[in-house]
Amino acid sequence: MSDEKMIPLWEVFIRPRNGLNHKHVGSLHAADGELALQAARDVYTRREEGNSIWVVRAEDILASDPDKSAENFDPAADKIYRHPSFYDIPDEVGHM
Amino acid sequence: MYSQGLIGANTETQETPEFLAAFQARIDAEEKIEPNDPMPAAYRKTLIRMISQHAHSEIVGMLPEGNWITRAPTLRRKVALLAKVQDEGGHGLYLYSAAETLGVSREQLTQELLTGKAKYSSIFNYPTPTWADIGAIGWLVDGAAIMNQVPLCRCSYGPYARAMIRVCKEESFHQRQGYELMTSLAEGTEEQKAMAQDALNRWWWPSLMMFGPSDSDSQHSDQSMAWKIKRFTNDELRQKFVDATVPQAELIGLSMPDEKLTWNESKNNGQGGYDFGEIDWDEFWQVVKGHGMMNKDRINAKRKAWDDGAWVRQAALAHAEKQNQRKAAA
Ligand SMILES: [Fe+2]
Ligand SMILES: [Fe+2]
Ligand SMILES: [Fe+2]
Repeated sequence: MSDEKMIPLWEVFIRPRNGLNHKHVGSLHAADGELALQAARDVYTRREEGNSIWVVRAEDILASDPDKSAENFDPAADKIYRHPSFYDIPDEVGHM
Repeated sequence: MYSQGLIGANTETQETPEFLAAFQARIDAEEKIEPNDPMPAAYRKTLIRMISQHAHSEIVGMLPEGNWITRAPTLRRKVALLAKVQDEGGHGLYLYSAAETLGVSREQLTQELLTGKAKYSSIFNYPTPTWADIGAIGWLVDGAAIMNQVPLCRCSYGPYARAMIRVCKEESFHQRQGYELMTSLAEGTEEQKAMAQDALNRWWWPSLMMFGPSDSDSQHSDQSMAWKIKRFTNDELRQKFVDATVPQAELIGLSMPDEKLTWNESKNNGQGGYDFGEIDWDEFWQVVKGHGMMNKDRINAKRKAWDDGAWVRQAALAHAEKQNQRKAAA
């Protein structure tokens, strides 16, 4: 098995119906994009789960570092002024 | 199974009567159109024009408010304004990326803005000489934008609708911070109240113009309504905005600069609404054609930003290329 070429990994995104975003559903191995799409259709849309598929080579996806989660995302926590409720307006105005 | 690249796919369509009828049937059935779906060339063109104009408006809209960030009177006002202007940059990005799903490039859109070929909302060609202008913009300009944008969340083109949902979630804070600011000025000293009223006087009519020409003069309206890109006409949205905003002014003791403004019981199918004065359409078209007070400054500022940023873009690309070469060599 050592000199056998690896079949690359693809991440699969399905759009349940028009109007919605494609959503990550899982991954699979396939030799090329066309085969990955076919396999994704066979594996992930057998029960009408979607009407459109995207496949992306897993190695082409960059992910943020979980160890840096705090430094990446915590700074948003104390910026309460980014939310509507931070601002005081007269009750009579109702929804704004 | 056929596959397609997301970018650069062949988008040519045979626009037979059958094709156009089938497309209209999908629209009428409230189906969303997605990037790889066949669509009439004119539908694509209309969306590119609308979405890119909207994107440019978000970006140019950062300038009149950005003008006051360093001079905000308190830290609380400064962080609010900074956060708002930052959001507007994000809105521009969401919208440019929605436009890119239609097969135009960001470079092309940027060039159209910088050369003056593309339009953006005429409202941003007015100056912001006083601090109260920041309140008036948040309250009125973002308020008018929300009126426009909420129905766009149901636009027939999926990526535009989804971008608008994200934008609308963020807009509420923009309007509230502006109204809060106006409220505190209106409750302040005589000078502060006068400053608030003066800003309202200057921003009210241009805000009404944001909804675009009257339905009788609007060249794009009918087809956009049929395609469910737009859900309400310019005049319908303008009326909703007037009806929502006049009581907000009254509540804080300010008044609209319009002598003809009167409550009319019979408006809006008997629910009542405000009659208002005639909009100065000459002024509107002057500003649209580039003769507003700030048109030149806005475009010059964008050009300068683009030119000054050239070395950064080039350096980033050169760095990325070098990293790639190193990786390949290793
Ligand atoms: Fe915005
Ligand atoms: Fe907007
Ligand atoms: Fe905004």
